Amino acid sequence: MATVLKAGARFKSAVCDTQVMVVKAPPGEHQLGCGGVDMLGGTATAPEGVSLAATLSGGTLIGKRYVNEDESLELLCTKGGQGTLTLNGTALDVKQAKQLPSSD
Amino acid sequence: MNIATLLDMSAEAFGDRVAVVSGDTRLTYAELKAAAQAAAQRIQASGASYVALLDVNSVAAPVAIFGAAYAGVPYVPLNYRLTPPEINELIARIAPALLITSAEPARIVEPRSDVVLIDRAAFLSLPAPAEPIEPPDDPRAVAVQLFTSGTTGKPKAAILRHENLMSYIVGTVEFAAADEDDAIVVTVPPYHIAGISAVLSSTYACRRMVQLEAFEASAWLAACREHRVSNAFLVPTMLQRIVDHLDASGGDAQLPALRALAYGGGKMPLATIQRAMALLPQVDFTNAYGLTETSSTIAVLGPDDHRAAASSDDPMVRRRLASVGKPGAVEIEIRDDEGRVLGPEQAGLVFVRGPQVSGEYLSLGSQLDADGWFPTKDRGYLDAEGYLYLDGRADDVIVRGGENISPGEIEDVLLEHPAVADVAVVAMPDVQWGEGVAAAVVLKPGAQAAADELQALVKSRLRSSRVPQRIVFKDALPYNELGKVLRRLIRQEFVDAQ
Repeated sequence: MATVLKAGARFKSAVCDTQVMVVKAPPGEHQLGCGGVDMLGGTATAPEGVSLAATLSGGTLIGKRYVNEDESLELLCTKGGQGTLTLNGTALDVKQAKQLPSSD
Repeated sequence: MNIATLLDMSAEAFGDRVAVVSGDTRLTYAELKAAAQAAAQRIQASGASYVALLDVNSVAAPVAIFGAAYAGVPYVPLNYRLTPPEINELIARIAPALLITSAEPARIVEPRSDVVLIDRAAFLSLPAPAEPIEPPDDPRAVAVQLFTSGTTGKPKAAILRHENLMSYIVGTVEFAAADEDDAIVVTVPPYHIAGISAVLSSTYACRRMVQLEAFEASAWLAACREHRVSNAFLVPTMLQRIVDHLDASGGDAQLPALRALAYGGGKMPLATIQRAMALLPQVDFTNAYGLTETSSTIAVLGPDDHRAAASSDDPMVRRRLASVGKPGAVEIEIRDDEGRVLGPEQAGLVFVRGPQVSGEYLSLGSQLDADGWFPTKDRGYLDAEGYLYLDGRADDVIVRGGENISPGEIEDVLLEHPAVADVAVVAMPDVQWGEGVAAAVVLKPGAQAAADELQALVKSRLRSSRVPQRIVFKDALPYNELGKVLRRLIRQEFVDAQ
């Protein structure tokens, strides 16, 4: 199911422990998936009978940022899991850590 | 979106790592989360609208920040250095509240039926909730409310929402960026925005926080050595005192673990940062400029900028040591008094825009313009490469016969006089010009300088309108505890003297 992705919104995987927060998102409706199944927003619960797709089980790591090819979408993984994150069916990549303008 | 997520992530990934050390007390991230969960249960049970802290730095500060976040109640740290009537007035503004305090500050709190006091020790030994408390996920909810210092009247209640603080942290800190042995020493008080951002940044970076109750140069150096501190944040006065202490004790800092030192919260004297860089050559210095209303840092002058400026022969690069650097995760523009956007090297008012910018006060509402820009009320200019230079507060500008005069340029000239130790230039009432230029000067011990000599110095370097028409000599200037000179008190003295 396609949904509007807004910065700050949180989603969890329907098939593993993965949780993400949207850092930035392209406009319009998109299909956000993990492990081959649509991710769940808010208090939604996983539908019956779904399971992790073997071809989309690369896993996610806590604290990593995941992006699509043009980096118009950026997700922060707030909890790691077994599934691969996808946007409209295409797997997301780990964003290379860049030097942040940090003062800490 | 909720700042409690920061602690959830650190406790999940590095639960056994030490999060905070204060005296003999230390908490791991797992323990900090457990304490914050227990606090959240107590906060929710109290029915309070606010969770307040009236105390010096201790582990209760991070427990209260995250406990309030789990409970979905705004956190309000109060300035314990205010007078008892001022503190009680602020408490009245946040009732009904749960107030965390300790024996000493609790004595000045007037009893109220709608404010429940809880002692720090009791707050830190609450029972765990039966079920984990899930933080509410409303990004617009208020995470932190900070009362401004109220230099021009009643303190304003600046509001920082979860979305502002999360945007700042996620935009400027990489999760678990700290090495296992890293530690940051925190000396800013808990009621300052730098105290809040230190807790949030360190938690997300999974960096051990070493808290000091109060700043004193030799104690700071001892704490850095004892805890092998790698990172620190200081206001300029603190760095000046450390430099003085090191110079007086032979100059060997003996801080092999210290890698990074950030400073901000006021104007850094050029001589201080130059001497600090010479005394601590292995340390990366960062100048961080920010405001309460912007969730802290908005511009950064990084370590490479510092070294390039210090070693350059190009005056345009050298002067960058006096700059606050380039915008971080925000946009910055300079406007004139009519709102027109100015170009490089043109001084005006500093405006900032970005998701970390709240720009909002309780009851006054949002101060952002239609396009989301916040007026910082700081004056400054950008250079051609985007480095920001600050030139004091807009409120401090002296308007003499329609001409805007910045105190900073006059102060810089007066400080060049070998007898002058400290100076503040302020507006004084003037029948002919509306406002005139006045200076309060502190001379170095045993040094002499006459008023007319100082006036001649300014006249030789700046336009005649910049020459102070009145100069008073003082033993010391009034400063607040974070080293900001209290210009309003000096202005008032010139008013009273008339």
